[in-house]
Amino acid sequence: MTDFYFVIANNKTLIMLDKNQIAQRIARELKDGFYVNLGIGIPTLVANYIPQGMNVTLQSENGLLGMGPFPFEGEEDADLINAGKQTITTLPGSSFFDSAMSFGMIRAGKVDLTVLGAMEVSENGDIASWKIPGKLVKGMGGAMDLVASAKNIIVAMMHTNSKGESKLLKRCQLPLTGINCVKKIVTNLAVIEVTENGFRLLEKAPGVSVEEIKSKTEGNLIVDGEIPEMEIG
Amino acid sequence: MKKVYNNADEAIFDIPDASTLMLGGFGLCGIPENCITALVKKGVKSLTCISNNAGVDDFGIGLLLKKNQVKKMIASYVGENAEFERQLLNGELEVELIPQGTLATRCLAAGYGIPAIYTPAGVGTEVAEGKESRVFKGKEYLMEYAFDADFALVKAWKGDRDGNLIYKETARNFNPPMAMAGKITIAEVEELVDAGQLDPDHIHTPGIYVHRIFQGSDYEKRIEQRTVRKQI
Repeated sequence: MTDFYFVIANNKTLIMLDKNQIAQRIARELKDGFYVNLGIGIPTLVANYIPQGMNVTLQSENGLLGMGPFPFEGEEDADLINAGKQTITTLPGSSFFDSAMSFGMIRAGKVDLTVLGAMEVSENGDIASWKIPGKLVKGMGGAMDLVASAKNIIVAMMHTNSKGESKLLKRCQLPLTGINCVKKIVTNLAVIEVTENGFRLLEKAPGVSVEEIKSKTEGNLIVDGEIPEMEIG
Repeated sequence: MKKVYNNADEAIFDIPDASTLMLGGFGLCGIPENCITALVKKGVKSLTCISNNAGVDDFGIGLLLKKNQVKKMIASYVGENAEFERQLLNGELEVELIPQGTLATRCLAAGYGIPAIYTPAGVGTEVAEGKESRVFKGKEYLMEYAFDADFALVKAWKGDRDGNLIYKETARNFNPPMAMAGKITIAEVEELVDAGQLDPDHIHTPGIYVHRIFQGSDYEKRIEQRTVRKQI
């Protein structure tokens, strides 16, 4: 993929990933046989980049394992939706279950990977994703259950908010969704691991400098040696 | 005891003002459409509604909100509903937001005769405020109580005259745990058959949990997000 966004900031040209490329990078974390729950937004796009031949089963927390693609026009079924309330299809091997069992399998750690969006992540792995004080609150949905139980949580988000402020913080400012739970963050600028000592830079987006990432990361960022560029696709 | 009723109006005849109701469904999928319409018609007020979502402006629980019949909403996600927002901002409506898995499992606990559950959802967040917690194997869990609902209103695909229920696809969602949790459970089904017509191996909710059942009519089954892919 060479289809990058070019953004002019601080009088220099940065190359950063678009949402699809973030999803594409996250897809590289998938392993054969994984059961995966994808949140709404960028995480949903990960489904488009599951490598050919890899067997990954998508869980939709409203009660489906084995979520298939959107239906063809005219084949929509009102009784068959995903957690984003979109019409979907099943696949060979799909199964249905109720909401209590759905969160049962989530709590019991049966889901191998959860990918979700966030407003803020702190260097100890806390996540804030559901509420902005002063703005109307729509609810946490299943996010609190997912982050409290998932073995492996990857956050997919932009590195900074619309005001250009870092979303990778020492401490989250917004009300929390869960604590000490995020393992990895993939942003438009970097891949970052959450460690006991803070954020650790694993990869940088093509053309983005370590300094750029550092300047846009408020939390402690550990940079060990040469940082490779992200491989996408 | 007779479980079969002719329609929603008859099945909900004794739901009084200030009841606590559970309403099955996820978004607009698998909601008890006929019962909601009958509640609007009956005009019961000051309801506490336990449901994953609050419908949209002109469908689902949104219809009850529009008529100011809901005093309190207990949900995990209230979504896009302008009337809901207006009532909330005006202080006309009380809202308790709880994690979706906690919501489902508090229903399940009621149906299983378990007074409370322990869940990690919400630990360290404002959801934990004022709640008892306990550590098991080094991990903290919140104690959450089983729901106490006067009536559970659920929607199934097929049912028989003994109250056995089968749901369809993802329209199952909250319906089975809620069906188990109501002091009185009222099930509306798309197709009501005689006992013996459903394979006992295929029953999702055994009739013991269902007190009243009727065959619904005129299902709209509105789709909230119609998404399609292109024919290649």
